[in-house]
Amino acid sequence: MNDRSLVQIAFYAALIAALGLLPKVAIPLMGGVPITAQTLGIMLAGVMLGPIRGALAVLLFLFLLALGAPILAGGRGGLGVFVSPSVGFLISWPIGAFVAGFIMNKTPGMSVLPAAAIAAAVGGVGVVYLFGIPGVALMADLPLAKAAIGSAVYIPGDLIKVAITAVVAQTVARGLPRALMSRA
Amino acid sequence: MISLYLPGQSWLHRCSVRLKLVVLAIASVLILPVSDLVLLGAALAVVLSLYVSLGSGGLRQLKALKPLTSLLVIIFFLHGITGNWHEGFVAVLRLVVMVLLANLVSVTTRMDDMMEAVLPLFSPLRLFGMSQKKPALAVTLVLRFAPVLLSVYASLREAFQARSGRRTSWRLMAPFLLQSLIMSENVAEALSARGGAAGLGGNAKL
Repeated sequence: MNDRSLVQIAFYAALIAALGLLPKVAIPLMGGVPITAQTLGIMLAGVMLGPIRGALAVLLFLFLLALGAPILAGGRGGLGVFVSPSVGFLISWPIGAFVAGFIMNKTPGMSVLPAAAIAAAVGGVGVVYLFGIPGVALMADLPLAKAAIGSAVYIPGDLIKVAITAVVAQTVARGLPRALMSRA
Repeated sequence: MISLYLPGQSWLHRCSVRLKLVVLAIASVLILPVSDLVLLGAALAVVLSLYVSLGSGGLRQLKALKPLTSLLVIIFFLHGITGNWHEGFVAVLRLVVMVLLANLVSVTTRMDDMMEAVLPLFSPLRLFGMSQKKPALAVTLVLRFAPVLLSVYASLREAFQARSGRRTSWRLMAPFLLQSLIMSENVAEALSARGGAAGLGGNAKL
């Protein structure tokens, strides 16, 4: 791994942390459900860095979280978050980033906007709920259907983040093409 | 960057980090299948007394539960919809015990010490010809980047507010990423210019 890859991985890990600390108004509210920008960072890491580096960036973020840095949205952190109901979502993040990066890698012919939207939707929403909902069900001792209802309030916000990811990825691809490492 | 660590000299602070992590892992696995109210109540009493044993400020660390409150209430009601209030109470109680226990380790362990304790886990990296100190360098980079990113965003936001009157917008995201990406490329060049992360082998100090 060269220096540039290492710095980029650390950069996106820091971006995920910073997006969790931004004021909630950074993203429009839907129906009063507070939306944090943290999963926007997951989507961007996968889409921009590609599968391996994207997943490593998210793993690095989770590693810092476990070390005791309160960098999860709402100022949460430490080992406690890994036994909270959200643990399924945390586990899904590196996998989601990998899938998003993989889709970017495999669609070199497609223009960046639609490719990034598909990658972010499949990796950053589909995969995330695929692991997140069973996590809630296990930790909160709920049947899957109820856990799904409890998680569904966040889906509209996630779709907004998919759109933002696509627009941002396209803007960066134009302004700083070498930063789109998933296509390099 | 702030951390959850509560400075102190209690017996839990002096305990070996690896011992704390192993005990936490075993305790979590044991508590997860428990649904007996008496057992969970006893576990909560033990955990609370551990917090008290931290000395002054110990009980204040229960604030770790605050961001979880709404989630716990939702879980309680999702159980309650079908009349299983007792089950809901047990599920919430178990979560509280597990989260507080895990948080106890984070509160009594410095980030450096935690890093030191888990560093051997990275020794397999040597098989791929990578220094096991690279993760440590990456952690340092993240801790340095995060506040810089926040300040880049803050200056963009101020400029946006001065022109538009609105406080913030998602439209800041693209210029934010572009500006901070360029900054990160300078960091990568500076790192290479000073020998690079590849020079971390052997006795190189971080």
